[in-house]
Amino acid sequence: MTTAVPRTGRPRVARFAKLRYDGSRGRHVLLGPETVVVLNPTGADILELCDGHHSVADIVDELGRRYDRVVDDEVTQFLARLA
Amino acid sequence: MTDGPLGILAELTHACPLACSYCSNPLELTKRSDELSTDDWRRVLDQAAELGVLQCHLSGGEPLLRRDVVDIVAHASGLGMYTNLVTSAIGLSRPRAEALREAGLDHVQVSIQADEAVLSDRLAGISSFDKKIEAARLVKELGWPLTLNVVLHRQNIDRIEAILGWVSELGADRVELANTQYYGWALRNRAALLPSREQLEHAETVTRAARERLRDQTDVIYVIPDYYSRYPKPCMGGWASRQLVVGPEGNAWPCLAAHELPLPRANVREHDLAWIWESSPLFNAFRGTDWMPDPCASCERREVDLGGCRCQAFQLTGDMERTDPVCVLSDDRHLVDEAVAAANSDPGSGAPASPGPVREPVLVPMPALVSRPHRAD
Repeated sequence: MTTAVPRTGRPRVARFAKLRYDGSRGRHVLLGPETVVVLNPTGADILELCDGHHSVADIVDELGRRYDRVVDDEVTQFLARLA
Repeated sequence: MTDGPLGILAELTHACPLACSYCSNPLELTKRSDELSTDDWRRVLDQAAELGVLQCHLSGGEPLLRRDVVDIVAHASGLGMYTNLVTSAIGLSRPRAEALREAGLDHVQVSIQADEAVLSDRLAGISSFDKKIEAARLVKELGWPLTLNVVLHRQNIDRIEAILGWVSELGADRVELANTQYYGWALRNRAALLPSREQLEHAETVTRAARERLRDQTDVIYVIPDYYSRYPKPCMGGWASRQLVVGPEGNAWPCLAAHELPLPRANVREHDLAWIWESSPLFNAFRGTDWMPDPCASCERREVDLGGCRCQAFQLTGDMERTDPVCVLSDDRHLVDEAVAAANSDPGSGAPASPGPVREPVLVPMPALVSRPHRAD
């Protein structure tokens, strides 16, 4: 199931979820009571910006500064999959 | 090379103040004197972290009956694991809760059996409902995220609207409305527990509405009883693929019902977890898809449902290698169909007379119900 993610929304990681680096896998992971999401580096970057202050548009801009090419849709689709 | 497990379910004890008829513990409970020591658990958690485990679920029985539960939480938390206490909430006093918070416990799941004391206490076999609600409030007060766990069955599923009322009232962050899975105690009590189709349809309608209503507040998880599915569940995400269970006596399992299978044991007192996970005959018995017989072996869904549940196949057919009888393609599906037909043959015994919420609990006589003992010793 996917949820629409508006560009003006200010996403944050749910209160019960924890984002941390896992040394054994060399990846960031998003941990919840019944879920573990092993993130790729871009996913980790997106989630680290999901602090309730940055809007989706801000996140796209910030990633644009870090990477050559950022497609809005890829950020919103990623967030929608996690929502 | 086998991928490491993501989560460990630590069943600290089989002892429990409750005596639910659908309890997931084995029919033969481990005695308190045979339980792993605190040092054993520390060693197991160290080995689990080395294997890549990121989540630690502390369960039982009632994990709060272990005096060292705070030490075990602190150890898991110190290893960077996400720690989750799965509790009846009996024994979650304020000092204990504060100590657990201090130890780094991340999340608390409190079970409730119904929406009000009479039915809930009868299902739990002990006066407990008011204490549970009080403890759930304490969990929120101390700043933890709260999950309410509700096992649904024929005796309480018609109360789902009022149960969801508690979810709002308590400000729960998550609710797991999980229909009973029929293993062990629950299988023995299946005739009294399996809901009718009409009951399920009502529950699903109510749940869909609640999911919409609580969208910004609560994650509503609903698990159907697989007897009403066409295809089996991908049990545990595949045998020994993501999680492992360690029981009170130190036996490790790929899932919490696997102790019923005729397979060689693997115990953390005798082997380290890496050997158990990677090399033990038990954990390799049904890994991947090579073990599958037909109709699974040639089925395009074999990577979707992974052959379903080995424990269900064993319990219903006596052969743990057969396709899960829940599957419509299984030669044994009639075993499931017969149970479903029985659950729908007598609408007076469990289903509401008319659709819609039932205001008073319906007390249904349960002649076949076998109570799980409170304690093992």
